[in-house]
Amino acid sequence: MAELKKKQIPRQPMPEQEAEDRVRNFDEVPYGYTEELAQLEAERCILCRNAKCVAACPVNIDIPAFVALIQQGKFLEAAQKIKQDNALPAVCGRVCPQEDQCEGSCVIGIKHEPVAIGRLERFAADYERRMNAITIPGLGPKTGKRVAVVGAGPAGLTVAGDLILRGHEVTVFEALQDPGGVLMYGIPEFRLPKEIVRAEVDYLRQLGVAFVMDYVVGRNSTIRELLDEEGYHAVFIGTGAGLPSFMEMPGENLIGVYSANEYLTRANLMKAYLFPEYDTPPIRRERVAVIGGGNVAMDSARTALRLGAEVTIVYRRAREQMPARAEEVHHAEQEGVQFKLLTNPIRVIGDKRHRVMGMECLRMELGEPDESGRRRPVAVKGSEFIMDLDTVIVAIGNKPNPLVPRTTPELKTTKWGTVVTDPKTMETSIPGVYAGGDIVSGAATVILAMGQGRIAARAIHAYLQGEPLAQ
Amino acid sequence: MFEILAKREVAPNVHELVIRAPAIAKKARCGQFAILMVDDRSERVPYTLCDWDAQAGTIKLVVQEVGQSSRKLVLCEVGDHVAHLVGPLGVPVETDHYGTVALAAGCYGIGAILNIGRAMKAAGNRVIAIVEADSHYLHYYRAELEAVCDELIQTTIDGSQSIKGHSADVIKRKLEAGEALDRVIAVGCPFMMMLVGNATKPFAVKTLAALNPIMLDGTGMCGACRVAVGGQTLFACVDGPYFDAHEIDWDELFDRKAAYSDEEIQAVAHTEAVVPRGHTRHTRVA
Repeated sequence: MAELKKKQIPRQPMPEQEAEDRVRNFDEVPYGYTEELAQLEAERCILCRNAKCVAACPVNIDIPAFVALIQQGKFLEAAQKIKQDNALPAVCGRVCPQEDQCEGSCVIGIKHEPVAIGRLERFAADYERRMNAITIPGLGPKTGKRVAVVGAGPAGLTVAGDLILRGHEVTVFEALQDPGGVLMYGIPEFRLPKEIVRAEVDYLRQLGVAFVMDYVVGRNSTIRELLDEEGYHAVFIGTGAGLPSFMEMPGENLIGVYSANEYLTRANLMKAYLFPEYDTPPIRRERVAVIGGGNVAMDSARTALRLGAEVTIVYRRAREQMPARAEEVHHAEQEGVQFKLLTNPIRVIGDKRHRVMGMECLRMELGEPDESGRRRPVAVKGSEFIMDLDTVIVAIGNKPNPLVPRTTPELKTTKWGTVVTDPKTMETSIPGVYAGGDIVSGAATVILAMGQGRIAARAIHAYLQGEPLAQ
Repeated sequence: MFEILAKREVAPNVHELVIRAPAIAKKARCGQFAILMVDDRSERVPYTLCDWDAQAGTIKLVVQEVGQSSRKLVLCEVGDHVAHLVGPLGVPVETDHYGTVALAAGCYGIGAILNIGRAMKAAGNRVIAIVEADSHYLHYYRAELEAVCDELIQTTIDGSQSIKGHSADVIKRKLEAGEALDRVIAVGCPFMMMLVGNATKPFAVKTLAALNPIMLDGTGMCGACRVAVGGQTLFACVDGPYFDAHEIDWDELFDRKAAYSDEEIQAVAHTEAVVPRGHTRHTRVA
């Protein structure tokens, strides 16, 4: 097809639920591409030979190859192509920040809008699942080596998927009742349906990965015991950033102040929005403020909207500096979330029963750039004002979960509590023990966790086989 | 799955359950807890481990029916399985040699001090158990506690049996009479534990209280169980459950325990009739 013609096709939007409908349900917002839309969008790709998008993908999916298959209408083959590099394509197609990765380096994007690679990935994975055509690839020859994966989140699932394909025996230990980690407890149903996470986990089960739920490594077994007594040859720690940060301001322990983790876990993992069909009560209030400007803040705000609240995002910097994906901010705004930018909360105010009734904030203005390169917000003197609220959700980030480091004295950690690893192999200070995801990077994204899982899996394989690590 | 192997009502609305949970029994230590989900739709609720048998692979819980989730649990029968049970969680309570140790307990805590008493005794302490109940017929585990403690004192709030008053009153009298207590551990409702803390504070006796705020995951992830101790916010699930009773902000804890009271009432009202299966206290719904 001539280049000229490709340029004439605009980037295809995904059909989605209308904003006024979707704020009343927890169903997924975009419906995904139809076959026609997917093929039309795929036509926009010029299938670069040294494709920059592949290099920009943390797990290096062969993007031109799978897009070409979609162009040809070979949708199942496209899904299988993606799965050679990514065990969780239906998840990544939905939650990856593609604008910073594959799509951010798309050549078409220089003059036009980039090819919607994420939407195409999602389409291919959804197509395969809908057609019930999930194929199980052949596994490598059995190595007789056993790997314990601690935590069934994105990093752990990636490691499990990669190593089972290479012939190792893999057991994933998870403390919660369902596998998926943040995909289950953190990301809401309307952004990532739990059915999809379950399907991706089932795929790993079909490959032969064993899942042990309700098992807390650090308590039921230490890392040492896994290696020395329980017969595992290598361990991967992917326990995530499971310790919420708070503002450390007065009134933060009042009833009605929640960590985003608690708020979202109730809604997502415990299905509180289906209360009383499920037993966990939701937090159903009228006036909610969410502190923070990241994706988790947007998820919390949009969940609160769906539970019937009036919601305001309170963020101390300006809009351009919000770490959330533009699409998430846009969706939140469309649905009616209010934004109070350049606003810093300083105290939560409670009534006689210790329940939230308001929050005092200060207005900020932007000063000189700080170490992150973003202009530092500076308080405007005398600008205190009070917001009338009954709920405050703190979504300002998480610290690494301390359970494994606390019970593994020889594991080296940083002063922030993250596990020290060699970035080339993700190996920790203990030989045969690897780590990846938020327990290493603090708090990042699903795909970065998967990228580190991918690196760790290669290194674990080389370690188990006694081979040097291929570059 | 976690099978219920034995169940008995040791006092009105105090149910002792023995559940198969080898991974927990193998590692359980004094003062730890487990989180239980009766079925896939249940809440995650923390229960103190009262006792365990590593060889048999079983744990023992003492459960009072106080709301939707605990009701679901006590309606289970021997042979039933609970969907999820995870533990042991929390930092074990220290059981060194201190001299004389007083264990104050009420409600479910009477069961919870059983293993602590045994460990404290084994560490060479003189162990006094002081257990309280609203009335004489609510006491339980007399023989079990007598077997592990040097002295057992039962009090009743209504004065219907032995000493009238709270366990804190007994502790206060002992301390005022010059009796040396080297360590006090309180397990029960927050009010009872606060009273114990108040009684020992003037005598500077180190007192630990087992806090049981609302929890979700029990591994530090959600922060629902945060408690203010000594001006610092800590998480009961990973930093506790035992904290210095003299440093705890009790008022805040009382309030946080009641955070979902409205929703809990709603849950009970919405509960569908459960098929009675010989439960003595089940109310038939027309």
